[in-house]
Amino acid sequence: MAKSTRFILYTVLLIAALFYLLPMYVMLTTSVKTMDEIRNGSLLAFPTGISLEAWGKAWDSACTGIQCSGLKPFFWNSVKIVVPAVILSTMLGAINGYVLTKWKFKGSDIIFSMMLFGVFMPLQVVLLPMSQTLGWMGLTESVWGLVTVHVLMGIASTTLFFRNYYVSIPDELVKAATLDGAGFFRIFWRIILPLSTPIIMVTFIWQFTNIWNDFLFGVVFSGSDSKPITVGLNNLVNTSTGVKEYNVDMAAAIIAGLPTMFIYFVAGKYFVRGLTAGAVKG
Amino acid sequence: MRALKIKNVKKSFGGVDILKGIDIEVEPGQFLILVGPSGCGKSTLMNLIAGLETVTSGEIVIGDRVVNDVPPKDRDIAMVFQSYALYPNMNVKKNITFGMEMRNVDKDEQEKILERVSKMLQIEHLLDRKPSQLSGGQRQRVAMGRALARDPGLFLFDEPLSNLDAKLRVEMRTEIKLLHQRTKTTVVYVTHDQIEAMTLGDRIAVMKDGHIQQFGTPHEIYDNPANMFVAGFIGSPSMNFIPTRIVAAEGGLGAEILHGEQNWIFPLQDPQGKLQAWVGKDVILGVRPEQFTAAEDDEPSYDCKVDIIEPTGPDTLVFVHLNGKEVVCRVHPKKAKHPGEIQRLTVDLTKAVVFDPKTEARIL
Ligand SMILES: Nc1ncnc2c1ncn2[C@@H]1O[C@H](COP(=O)(O)OP(=O)(O)O)[C@@H](O)[C@H]1O
Ligand SMILES: [Mg+2]
Repeated sequence: MAKSTRFILYTVLLIAALFYLLPMYVMLTTSVKTMDEIRNGSLLAFPTGISLEAWGKAWDSACTGIQCSGLKPFFWNSVKIVVPAVILSTMLGAINGYVLTKWKFKGSDIIFSMMLFGVFMPLQVVLLPMSQTLGWMGLTESVWGLVTVHVLMGIASTTLFFRNYYVSIPDELVKAATLDGAGFFRIFWRIILPLSTPIIMVTFIWQFTNIWNDFLFGVVFSGSDSKPITVGLNNLVNTSTGVKEYNVDMAAAIIAGLPTMFIYFVAGKYFVRGLTAGAVKG
Repeated sequence: MRALKIKNVKKSFGGVDILKGIDIEVEPGQFLILVGPSGCGKSTLMNLIAGLETVTSGEIVIGDRVVNDVPPKDRDIAMVFQSYALYPNMNVKKNITFGMEMRNVDKDEQEKILERVSKMLQIEHLLDRKPSQLSGGQRQRVAMGRALARDPGLFLFDEPLSNLDAKLRVEMRTEIKLLHQRTKTTVVYVTHDQIEAMTLGDRIAVMKDGHIQQFGTPHEIYDNPANMFVAGFIGSPSMNFIPTRIVAAEGGLGAEILHGEQNWIFPLQDPQGKLQAWVGKDVILGVRPEQFTAAEDDEPSYDCKVDIIEPTGPDTLVFVHLNGKEVVCRVHPKKAKHPGEIQRLTVDLTKAVVFDPKTEARIL
């Protein structure tokens, strides 16, 4: 590649990167400014000092409606929802994918097509029936209700991920293990699952991001003490007690986004690898 | 070693008949080859023997047990797959011992068997490697090691050599043959390579479209093919099929052969009079390439114009046209002529065969 082309390429990439980083920059700098500094300075100005006051307030004392305990309770609600929901939906997806590729039965392809349909179904469609179902299950307005919703809604995509990954694992592997005397679960644990790291990572990140960032189900199905962080953030930003505290809002928004960023940071390389790589051969 | 009997086995997938009544009997210690074109149902039959699929109807007997309802692990068999099917997450040692672990063989015994098998296949130095760190030939050995560790009554090989390059394939072929001579275990071996079939088998079953076309020893199959398919499938280069007509000749019947302006009659020996009903009718004459050879100087000959030649080393294949059909002759390299020249040919018709052009069944 010629030097000039390379120069143009990098310039374009740099501009694109800046474009994406700018909001991040504004949020970060604003969150460590004091209200005085925000009022008197420009939006893009570099902070004169670093004040963590807004962060503290956003975490445990900002008002979200009538209650003034910051994002903390919402954050832990989200953790309590996300962890079991991600684990359960990933496990179910793995088992489903395994059955749909390696233990096909009459009608398994039809079931898979129906699941595919679930991936593209608009979320709004399920709101009413889901609320009815949760009522029957006695899980209305609870953390476990939201876990159930997220697991059910997640199964379609997790199954799709695992199925598409497992079709590339040769069937002969399962046949060989069957002849060796391993059964359904042993083959899964000892042979299939150890080959699944990339797709587990993909599913994990996908599900974590989706569930952590979910707002719709969080608003509709949560009770007063099971609201997830997205709802908390919304309430915090919309609760006006006189002045709008931009620094607190920004700090709260970053807190809400940190876990997903963290996950990408830790497991992101697997994401790309898992999406591009098929199962290991040989 | 166990005997294997397959009695009128049928298999269909979703209403499509794949195997249409297979009958095979193998004696203990025999090496049976299943050979046939791709898609004819060889792997399906193997899976049925292994118990990985269930038969639609019919019976499979291993030893003296009907195994139709016996799960794969209890059938006393081991199988080597075309793709080797080594567990990618386990090292070679674990690959070999996994089956023993599943069958609760005790640890000391496992070690002993592992040692014996890895020594036999010369893979001792590979035990700690993952399959991805092995070459094709090494994977093949490990796959065989896994099967040997089982010490089964019946070995199943499904095209085990087809992923190897030509040289390695010949080496492994010899090795499998040695292994069989040493262990004397009954083997069912699938291939679509007729050379493997001829060199390895005690018995060959030629399959096509879900039927056994012929079942016999390699010699029977080669010298006495049951129909045109078998005749054409076994042997390389293939048998020449010359469209011709049966005519009366001096002292019997013969096949009419034209070459350019020349008109010959190839005399056919027909002691049982099978050709009588075909006099004056069109048939297909089957003659293997090695039965056409160069005529000695003082011998009567059929003089044919050479189209092309293909030197193979020990012989040269000379292509001529008879009755408008391309015919391959296996000629000694020193006697082979060049394209455009006249080759003096002689033909040994004692092994010639005759087919019905419509049904492709054997007449003579
Ligand atoms: N599980 C299955 N479901 C449907 N059709 C199958 C299945 N397994 C094999 N077949 C069909 O059976 C035929 C024979 O396949 P196979 O036994 O693999 O042939 P071969 O091993 O001789 O190449 C093929 O047409 C294949 O499509
Ligand atoms: Mg096959």
